[in-house]
Amino acid sequence: MSALHQATLAELGDLIARREVSAVELTRHFLDRISALDAQLNSFITVLPERALAQAKAADARLARGEGGPLTGLPIAHKDIFCARDTRTTCASRMLEGFVAPYDATVVQRLDAAGVVTLGKTNMDEFAMGSSNETSFFGPVRNPWDTARVPGGSSGGSAAAVAAGLAPAGTGTDTGGSIRQPAALTGLTGLKPTYGRVSRWGMIAFASSLDQAGTLTRSAEDAALLLAAMAGFDAKDSTSVEAAVPDYAAALNAAPEKLRIGVPKEFFDEGLAPDVASCVREALAEYERAGATLVEIELPNLHLSVPTYYVVAPAEASSNLSRFDGVRFGHRAADPADLLDLYERSRGEGFGAEVKRRILTGTYVLSAGYYDAYYLKAQQVRQLITNDFARAFESVDLIMGPTTPTPAFELGAKTADPVQMYLNDIYTIGVNLAGLPGISVPCGQIDGLPVGLQIVAPHFGEAPLLAAAHRYQQATDWHRRWPAGWA
Amino acid sequence: MSLSHDDVRKIARLARLNVSDAEVAEVADKLSSILGMVGQLQATNTAGVAPMAHPLDAAQRLRPDEVTESDARDAYQANAPQVENGLYLVPRVIE
Amino acid sequence: MTWETVIGLEIHTQLATRSKIFSGSATTYGAAPNTQASLIDLGYPGVLPVLNAEVVRMAIRFGLATGCTIAPRSIFARKNYFYPDLPKGYQISQYELPIVHGGHLDIELADGARKRIGITRAHLEEDAGKSLHEDYHGMTGVDLNRAGTPLIEIVSEPDMRSAEEAVAYMRRIHQLVRWLGISDGNMQEGSFRCDANVSIRRQGEPKLGTRTEIKNLNSFRFVDRAIRFEVERQIEVLEDGGRVVQETRLYDPDADATRPMRSKEEANDYRYFPDPDLLPVVIEDALIEQLRSTLPELPEARRARLGTQFGLSDYDAGVLTASREVADYFEAVVASVPSAPKLAANWVMGELGGALNRDGLEIGASRIDAAALGGLVARIEDETISGKIAKEVFEAMWAGEGSADAIIEAKGLRQITDTGALEAIVDEVIAANPSQADELRAGKDKLLGFFVGQVMKRTQGKANPGQVNALIRARLK
Repeated sequence: MSALHQATLAELGDLIARREVSAVELTRHFLDRISALDAQLNSFITVLPERALAQAKAADARLARGEGGPLTGLPIAHKDIFCARDTRTTCASRMLEGFVAPYDATVVQRLDAAGVVTLGKTNMDEFAMGSSNETSFFGPVRNPWDTARVPGGSSGGSAAAVAAGLAPAGTGTDTGGSIRQPAALTGLTGLKPTYGRVSRWGMIAFASSLDQAGTLTRSAEDAALLLAAMAGFDAKDSTSVEAAVPDYAAALNAAPEKLRIGVPKEFFDEGLAPDVASCVREALAEYERAGATLVEIELPNLHLSVPTYYVVAPAEASSNLSRFDGVRFGHRAADPADLLDLYERSRGEGFGAEVKRRILTGTYVLSAGYYDAYYLKAQQVRQLITNDFARAFESVDLIMGPTTPTPAFELGAKTADPVQMYLNDIYTIGVNLAGLPGISVPCGQIDGLPVGLQIVAPHFGEAPLLAAAHRYQQATDWHRRWPAGWA
Repeated sequence: MSLSHDDVRKIARLARLNVSDAEVAEVADKLSSILGMVGQLQATNTAGVAPMAHPLDAAQRLRPDEVTESDARDAYQANAPQVENGLYLVPRVIE
Repeated sequence: MTWETVIGLEIHTQLATRSKIFSGSATTYGAAPNTQASLIDLGYPGVLPVLNAEVVRMAIRFGLATGCTIAPRSIFARKNYFYPDLPKGYQISQYELPIVHGGHLDIELADGARKRIGITRAHLEEDAGKSLHEDYHGMTGVDLNRAGTPLIEIVSEPDMRSAEEAVAYMRRIHQLVRWLGISDGNMQEGSFRCDANVSIRRQGEPKLGTRTEIKNLNSFRFVDRAIRFEVERQIEVLEDGGRVVQETRLYDPDADATRPMRSKEEANDYRYFPDPDLLPVVIEDALIEQLRSTLPELPEARRARLGTQFGLSDYDAGVLTASREVADYFEAVVASVPSAPKLAANWVMGELGGALNRDGLEIGASRIDAAALGGLVARIEDETISGKIAKEVFEAMWAGEGSADAIIEAKGLRQITDTGALEAIVDEVIAANPSQADELRAGKDKLLGFFVGQVMKRTQGKANPGQVNALIRARLK
């Protein structure tokens, strides 16, 4: 048995069930690690010791009564994009530096109800716009595998915290790869469910037709545990799907022997680092050894996913972020001369450079004379990309490939060129455009840096997705590797 | 696709975002490069393709016409920068 | 030079739902500021809209009543602009695919002729809040109670050619939305207001002139005044060799003039796009048919039926179908006195209408219910009382003194029909006025009225004037 902070949720749940550790002890252990170590990573924006200990005490009481479920008393960290009642919720923006949410996101409410303990709110790219966690108003997050490198983004705080053992698991959101990419870069399992699987209520919107909440964990088994509590219909979200939630934990061991795995040739293009390609090929070989068939497939429009995304996402974001106007909440500029000045300066001061770029891009592509050429065109191409996936899933059960083109890069390496930064999500974005579930699992290392294998399933195929990831993690131990200095 | 400084100022005004004279050149440069990248879409043949607004093909769910909310003004206005007599205050609006 | 006026109206009607279009907040008018503004209405970070079913049903009812096509699939879009009364920085509205389109409504012109006005479309949207311009240290206060109240915006074709036609159309829409029960139509409270698009062109010119849009007209009189002013203004501009500028204007009732709207000076670019938080609204035929089958008889049809069924003039039938409540009341009166529909009509339009007016009451709040008024009309019809006495009985009923029969009994108002008794009174009156009797015998017919009056006085109005008249003639001629 590894140390508490290296254990998975499932293992910690066993310890709690056997009364070998209490929820309070577990919570203190992680709170102590955060206060001792997070200065090196900057993975938390707000640590919530009082709330966490109160929840832990309540969980212990519940367990003492013989109540509670598999998650009761287990601590996790929430990305600071989820509103939590009476708790500061910043979205890593100056705009919301002092914002205290008066209500709970459905994700928070459901996990609270399951008895989960919230250690704190994690750092992220501002309004989830970024792939390196360098756009946060609260400063960049560092990758525990090499603190000179980024942890990926936008859910970089949750990723770094879990990878360094400051929390056993974390929530994240994935609009274009924001869970899977940081999971790949920090050696974690990152699950983005099907669009509509998890309620978006209380999750501060970036791009509404793409955003989806998910998990950053040490294993697929842990992802299944958390997803079971988070998923399901919510009447407060019109895009939430009224479909039964399968027993994900039970489905973990139900992967078919004759898995047909589609391998898109577009995923292995010239942009992919050769050593990442070989890690991924080795993982595919492992599946083959376990009885799967590899099928080369084509996703002919996939190369258009980045440009499509950078029309659709900024367009929706430009509108979603209009509510931050310095009137009802959020940053307000001092001594506005008039209404226009109030708006322009509150927003100019409250938003960082990347958020402004996306708002401006989105405003441009929706504006008169450009709508058809950009926005409408992007919506059409989005349909083509979605059709590509649908066609592929006619002949394969799952699609696999790399999560990112390279392992973690150094801080500052891509900040000067937004387009280079955007291309980092080239393999993950198509999955969001099509609304599909995807997962990244660790599948190797290059010079001590983790590499991720991405697995994609048809809509609502989380169970087979998790089962495939679990089977791989039964056969390999990449997901149990630990960054030096954080044991 | 290259945006002029005036283009940037026009979009910034539409988006109610202050972009200072010092920033405008850099913003124009970066936006131009982003728009250059998304410009790849123009070459794609999308004739007859229906635009896709949602990842799922579903219909809007309807909510029963019931009042479920009660007054929570004080809690909601705790985040407001400036309120008086229950009103949010803004610089004078002239219609 | 003769000019032709061209007018199209965009009428914004608040729908009479209990809760808002996308949230569970109450829509009650007049609550303390921001006490009916929920997280959704305030546009708080992370909140999402869910559509109110009743709003959809009401829009379909409106569409069916105006001959519109009900869209099997309609889309909510975001209209993006910044304004303090618009919390999210966008209004959720419908743009490319509105819920209903392509209908019409007939109006009646002053000469009695009918004219068909096209309804281009009607779409659903959320209302904005209110900016209060009283002075808060030189600032404006914002109340978001109204934000998110459901609206249906009814857009007409540019089919109206005068202020009178525009007002007639607006009145017909107002009548209809109240008739359907989809709006209270309260104009003081802003439940029913319109924007008028006004242009002029030379008589015979096929092309439309440049139009101006007059915003936020919240009374029929303002619509009339604003259009008249705007037409005169445009004529003056054109006749002076100028050009009409396409712009948004406001009507100032104090100045009785329109002026350009400051806040709309900047050219708008609303960047409409489909709202990704809302899915397409899909309307099944079964719902349309269910709503069609429960649609009330519409004003025009009911007016025609009242005319033929009860032999009423078209004018009277029009007055009695001004609202569904009036028509229902009238028909309930007739139901209790089926032999006297015309008399019933006269009493509903006359005494009852006057009393309601005097006390500022809607017919639903009448102090005399339809059956009770029918009871009174029945006593006139069977000649128990005269029309004149009936007015006295009506006032007593209005004052809550009981039913017509009870009042007639209590006050002894029953008409004297005993000929012998009346003859005796006639004889008394003749005996008391011998010289006038001689003059009448001599042919001074004017005095007949005098004698009838005297008899009526002595009977305290309980005699039948016709009968008295006949008796006097028989005695003196």
